[in-house]
Amino acid sequence: MNIFDIIGPVMIGPSSSHTAGACRLGLLARGILGQRPAKAEILLHGSFAHTYKGHGTDRALIAGLMGWQPDDARIPDALRIAAEEGMDFSFTPGDLGSMAHPNSVLFRLTDEKGNTCEVVGASIGGGQIMVTNVDGFPVELTGVLPALFVPHRDEPGVIALVSTILATKQINIASMRVFREGKGETASMIIECDQAVSPAIIAHLEQLGPVKLVRFVDKVS
Amino acid sequence: MKKDKLSWAQMVCEAEDKGLTLIDFLLERSAAQLETDKQSVLERMGGMFRVMEESVAFGMTGVKSNSGLTGGSAKKMKEYIEAQQIKTQPGLLGPVVGTAVMYALAAAEANAAMGRIVAAPTAGASGILPGVLLALKEKCQVSREKLVEGLVVAGVIGEVIANRASIAGATGGCQAECGSGAAMAAGAVVYVFGGTGKQIGDAVSIVFKNMLGLVCDPVAGLVEVPCIKRNAGSVVQCFLAAELALAGIGSFIPADEAIDAMDKVGRSLPRGLRETAEGGLAMTPTARAWTEKYFKGISG
Repeated sequence: MNIFDIIGPVMIGPSSSHTAGACRLGLLARGILGQRPAKAEILLHGSFAHTYKGHGTDRALIAGLMGWQPDDARIPDALRIAAEEGMDFSFTPGDLGSMAHPNSVLFRLTDEKGNTCEVVGASIGGGQIMVTNVDGFPVELTGVLPALFVPHRDEPGVIALVSTILATKQINIASMRVFREGKGETASMIIECDQAVSPAIIAHLEQLGPVKLVRFVDKVS
Repeated sequence: MKKDKLSWAQMVCEAEDKGLTLIDFLLERSAAQLETDKQSVLERMGGMFRVMEESVAFGMTGVKSNSGLTGGSAKKMKEYIEAQQIKTQPGLLGPVVGTAVMYALAAAEANAAMGRIVAAPTAGASGILPGVLLALKEKCQVSREKLVEGLVVAGVIGEVIANRASIAGATGGCQAECGSGAAMAAGAVVYVFGGTGKQIGDAVSIVFKNMLGLVCDPVAGLVEVPCIKRNAGSVVQCFLAAELALAGIGSFIPADEAIDAMDKVGRSLPRGLRETAEGGLAMTPTARAWTEKYFKGISG
């Protein structure tokens, strides 16, 4: 925490959870897809489902998917602008289960080429966010640092291989978490880094046998 | 090893031990945290001040919220103050507090109308600091530089509160949001009028004395009723505490302990009074009737 976490951030009102946090969730989901979605199906849970229109949560989520920052003055007009620019989006109130945070959202995103991703996250207060699931993998992504999302086959040495490559490229790992479905099955690494990771390094990592894919998710302000 | 909690009293002591003025000590501390220099901290804080001015200007145009529940009260206050001036009466609150209340309403209404604001400490309490600081600029001729330094003082007080207690209504009720905003602003006021570190702490403590237990009970869960008027009320509490502290009327309870008390009170508040819209004003017959109509309107 520093002084500008208290005097700040600059944001579009009315609520750090419902607008700033929602915008950051949209930005992070966009980052996970890798580009602006052509189609976005958005399921809102809990408090988000009840008050999203009054708080402008819908506009803030779409603004994030458009790639706008939480202080972007266009946020009140996000729905209109996104529709004009051809984004196909929908909102449905839904239920993500009793364990889900009251301000939770599920994004089903599709890019222009038909690539899809499914992202579940929550606005956990004060504009902070937590993405808890990507394409069915449990994760913990806050958007505070740039991160790599690396689904892979669970086998000995994969983690060492990935971290060695990052080390040789002077990428410092701030935190690392590994999740797996079961021994020898699909697993995923979430690696938060102090630096952005270049496309060349990502291509290098993608060549590793057990690695299924590598997504670089930049931090969101 | 358990990290010590941030302490206002300790910061005041440390500044003295190092032979630094309080503002220099606080700026050096923030600069070190942010890995930058003092000038950059001040410049960035100046940017925050500018956004506060813009949000007040936007709110003064008489904006309405999306829901239609609130809006236009800052403009009304302006018309009232101007009408009073013609009668050569300054208004009951006087020129400084009256103007601060008007600008706090403006910034809070700008927030409700999806305007661009500085969350300081939160969006819900974002009217207090702009209201207080802009009134000092306009009615007391305090320089922009001094007010930006005041924002630094306010920010560090906010850090202490967030560290020892909370600045979230969902955690501690409105005392944690508007109470913290008023405490931070009171610290800034005492600073710009030349008060000592101890007097700043006294002002913080006095605010919490008067705002302890304030619940968070937004109608329909929206940041409108009672939030906007609570920003205005917090401005009055801020000036009261600052003026008592500047008069040398100390606080028996030190700031750090008052903040800890606020934390404990917040934790003992029932869930229905912590931003859930399930208690307090949000459950009055008028609020419930409006809420039902409103939700029917937006889902239909």
